[in-house]
Amino acid sequence: MGIENILEAREINKYFREPVLFHVLKDISFGIKNGEFVSIMGKSGCGKSTLLYILSTMDTDYEGELFLNGKKITGKHHEDLAKIRNQNIGFVFQFHYLLSEFTVLENVMLPAKKLGLKSLQEIEHDAMEKLKLLHIDDQAKKLASRISGGQKQRVAIARALINDPAIIMGDEPTGNLDSHNSENVMDIFKALAQERNLSLLIVTHDTDFAEKTDRIIEMGDGRILSS
Amino acid sequence: MINWRVILSISRTHLLTRIKQTAIAALGVTFGIGTFIILVSFMTGLNGLLDGLILDRTPHVHIYNEIKPSEKQPVDLYEKIKNSFTKVRSIKPKLTQRKIHNALPLMDQLNNDSRVKGAIPQLQAQMFYISGSIELGGNLVGIDVLEEVRLFNFGQYVVKGSPEALDNLDNGILIGAGVAKKMSLDVGNTVQISTVRGDLFPLKIVGIYQSGLAELDNVQSFANLKTTQRILGEPRNYFTDINVKLHDIEDAVPMAKQIEKQFDLTAVDIKTANAQFETGTSIRNLITYAVSITLLIVAGFGIYNILNMLIYEKMNDIAILKATGFSGRDVKYIFISQAILIGLVGGILGLLIGYGISVVIDNLPFETEALPTIKTFPVNYNPGYYIIGITFAMVSTFLAGYLPARKAQKIDPVEIIRGQ
Ligand SMILES: Nc1ncnc2c1ncn2[C@@H]1O[C@H](COP(=O)(O)OP(=O)(O)OP(=O)(O)O)[C@@H](O)[C@H]1O
Ligand SMILES: [Mg+2]
Repeated sequence: MGIENILEAREINKYFREPVLFHVLKDISFGIKNGEFVSIMGKSGCGKSTLLYILSTMDTDYEGELFLNGKKITGKHHEDLAKIRNQNIGFVFQFHYLLSEFTVLENVMLPAKKLGLKSLQEIEHDAMEKLKLLHIDDQAKKLASRISGGQKQRVAIARALINDPAIIMGDEPTGNLDSHNSENVMDIFKALAQERNLSLLIVTHDTDFAEKTDRIIEMGDGRILSS
Repeated sequence: MINWRVILSISRTHLLTRIKQTAIAALGVTFGIGTFIILVSFMTGLNGLLDGLILDRTPHVHIYNEIKPSEKQPVDLYEKIKNSFTKVRSIKPKLTQRKIHNALPLMDQLNNDSRVKGAIPQLQAQMFYISGSIELGGNLVGIDVLEEVRLFNFGQYVVKGSPEALDNLDNGILIGAGVAKKMSLDVGNTVQISTVRGDLFPLKIVGIYQSGLAELDNVQSFANLKTTQRILGEPRNYFTDINVKLHDIEDAVPMAKQIEKQFDLTAVDIKTANAQFETGTSIRNLITYAVSITLLIVAGFGIYNILNMLIYEKMNDIAILKATGFSGRDVKYIFISQAILIGLVGGILGLLIGYGISVVIDNLPFETEALPTIKTFPVNYNPGYYIIGITFAMVSTFLAGYLPARKAQKIDPVEIIRGQ
């Protein structure tokens, strides 16, 4: 256990061509093992979010290769990538992103409904479980637009967990949380990594948070400085 | 694999949370389809009415003996000037009778023809209606009245009395409504008829005939064929016209040609006789479809607009859906299904409203001197138009939804997420 790389990046390079040619990611290579909790730190603008979009398969405009569970996913079709994303990758954005016209519960259920492996009752039950984990099950029936920013972020984490993905990627997922909730999220992540063998890759500016993770990847100016 | 349950539940939420815009878009479709149904029902109803008015009583082939000059003048027969140019001045029509020669063999041939539904003779004669010292010019038509009823809806135009009464009474007459009015005559009265030769006959009025065409009703009356032959002093095989009704109207043209060739008579088919009438029908249809399509295109632009706006508002949602594993195709279907739902709801509502207003029009009183048999506005409830209507609604909303949905499919989620 923990030896296989769940996610592996090889020689990732990325350029922005607009407005001027800009080499934003330079020769990024690293792997994340099964059940490993990794954090990424680095100065603002060094390319952390950009890297995360590539790793999450949403951005396909890059050079290099990406492997998930030992399988190459670079060059796959958009439709296939969407499926991989749905099943294997949970993503928590830098800003809370929920469908505002749906209830909290529906937001958490949607990716599972899309996956379509479980019955509606099972999905609803699972969704409530995830909400309980993040202490916001009392908000389940509210519209997503009617809860606070911190609550939204926890709902987004619950949504990322709903399909029991292989890896969770977070772009400053605790950025909007108070220290109490931030610690709670940290505990949940740690527990998930240990108990369910879930891998985590979390971008953070919070040194306290990063120090509790298994490994810190230091980024600067589009390169990995240390890992 | 496309999970329609999820897609439809998302598009339903989108539609219901902005119910006002949804309703406006759907009402645009409703308006277009409703107008189409009303227009087409009324217009084709009107066409049917006019068809009935003119085509029903027009014989498919009308055979008569036209008074005209001989094709070959005597000089043409003179051998010695055969190769020269001849010029004949003031040609007169050939002296001949108006009656159809060889009438009985022709009738036999027609009645044995499998294409023919019925062929009935008529005898048209000039005469005068006598009222005191006034002589009113007119037309007496001798007919086989029961056959006329069977083949040409003759009974519809007998507004008072009955065609059967004419059949029962040997010296009866069905008098034109205009004539009756001019001479203050009514059913039960007797009218004096004078032939061109000056013989006087009293005929008993058994009914009043009104075609709706004033120039006919002011001169024309009907009597039994036998009675007319007796009045004119002609034998039983004397008649001037044969009206043929066919099983299939398409046979009219070849049959008319064949008869002209075989019997040296004039035979006019219904297509030639009513060419301008068909033009009127097709122009009315053209107007109906042009107006309806215009309305639906306007409705389509409304839907296009609203979906376009919706997609701009929903950029974030689209990015989230894509980030959490919905494919571009799923997103496209989410928006197309919204357009189709708008089209379906709006279209069905349009059909219902169109039907409702058609029923109202159908019951509006519409009485005119010219159309004695019509009491309300004519409406055609052909279900085919309802199918065309809903199909058009679906197709146009699909097209209106397709372009914005394609745009949604292509949205790059990274760009949206980074944009925050
Ligand atoms: N669409 C774009 N076009 C051109 N340059 C871009 C674009 N997006 C980002 N960049 C540039 O790429 C660099 C990396 O951006 P990125 O968002 O990855 O930074 P980051 O490390 O996540 O910063 P932060 O910690 O502030 O979130 C920045 O210098 C930014 O200006
Ligand atoms: Mg960032």
